[in-house]
Amino acid sequence: MQTVKMVITGPFSSGKTEFIRSISEIEVVSTERDITTPAEQVKDQTTVAMDFGRITVDDDLVLYLFGTPGQRRFDFMWEILAEGMLGFVVMVDSSKPETFREAKSILETFRAYAPTPYVVAANKQDHPDAWSPEDLRIALRIEDGVKLLPCVALDKESVKTVLLELLYSILEEMEL
Amino acid sequence: MALKGNLRNFSTTQLLNLINLARKTGMLMIYEGIPTGEEDALGEPKYTPGKQRAAVAFKNGKLIYAEMGTQDGNLASVLHKAGKLNDRQAQVIRERASLTSDKALALLLIQANYVTQADIVASVQQHTLDIVYDLLTWADGPFAFNDGELPGDDRITVPIDLENVIIEGSRRIKELETLNDELPNLDFALKFPEDPGDKFKGIHLSVEEWRVVSFVNPKNSIRQIAKANNMNDTEIRRIVYGLLQAGLVELVKPPGMEEKARQAAGARSRKDAPQIKKTVVNKLIDRIKTL
Repeated sequence: MQTVKMVITGPFSSGKTEFIRSISEIEVVSTERDITTPAEQVKDQTTVAMDFGRITVDDDLVLYLFGTPGQRRFDFMWEILAEGMLGFVVMVDSSKPETFREAKSILETFRAYAPTPYVVAANKQDHPDAWSPEDLRIALRIEDGVKLLPCVALDKESVKTVLLELLYSILEEMEL
Repeated sequence: MALKGNLRNFSTTQLLNLINLARKTGMLMIYEGIPTGEEDALGEPKYTPGKQRAAVAFKNGKLIYAEMGTQDGNLASVLHKAGKLNDRQAQVIRERASLTSDKALALLLIQANYVTQADIVASVQQHTLDIVYDLLTWADGPFAFNDGELPGDDRITVPIDLENVIIEGSRRIKELETLNDELPNLDFALKFPEDPGDKFKGIHLSVEEWRVVSFVNPKNSIRQIAKANNMNDTEIRRIVYGLLQAGLVELVKPPGMEEKARQAAGARSRKDAPQIKKTVVNKLIDRIKTL
């Protein structure tokens, strides 16, 4: 049995857990805890270690999706999760410009962990305050060669598109 | 699509850069913040837009107009401030032409030989720049960019390239903390963009900026450029930040650093990365398509 993994990362409350939930064939294993600080009370619980989803391809191949904890105090987990990843998705909450700097910082951190392909998902595009992917590219200073994709993590088709684009990038890398 | 936020998270300089690069047309509104009692994703107090503090208009990425909430921005005041009208003239015009639009007033003043067209253009341009330079120093406040909105037809608009504005604005950013945040690593090098287009045309750089530009080369780290020009970290950061924001240079890892990173990453990836074949990736693609 061969297993491969992808990492879904991004700032706190950017939609990582929803993203994995939308596509995983198993109930996502989340190690969530109640929020303790007022700053984080935009939702009731937060992922403290990781989310874990699975997509079985056949008897010999399984894809695992790992979501990183969004809060900086758990960033010691990031490098462990990044080990051996096939590629990674950086989730950005397009409606919260106050998190863009953090998203860029996380992106750079993961790029330093491993030279694997990645895509940026401009999540919450259905939100009225969402910045467009074109504006996000400039705001986050994402190079033209990097895919920045509109995303709604609660929509399975949208999640599929993001994962497929990442896989196409991985294929392109192999062909270089 | 909304372009809203707070200047404390996305500065005016960054907004101008975005508007310039995306060649946007519309009106940037900056407001007084009214606390909502809630907190944003970073735990900072959340504000809702209150009274308008400033409005700045752009056409195809160029600055064309600006007004400050507290200032009288009519043409008579602008020309008076620029020294083109004396106190008496300004007062008479304000009294007699209070209902005349700026454009109509401009024509009357030119015909009456009070001012030339060039005087009006220069004065309006300076007035616009003064407002923008002022709001570049604002560190807080809700903003919204209203796509496609432009000032009324009666207003005089003068197109101004944003690159110079951004450079000058960056000169005015004095907070070392901000610069440190934006440019934490002086071991990076600089290069010119692949397609600079006509970005350098008509650019007005200071002597110090030219000295830095003359050393731009992927082999020279920012730290080395600073040393060669006898500049301290703050001075070099301020200049490089301005050049970066204006899109005149790009950050690049110097060859030595790139090689070290590659070796480190390579060692790790050789150890950790799974040996994946193309067929595996194709299988994953096929499977996800069927989900």
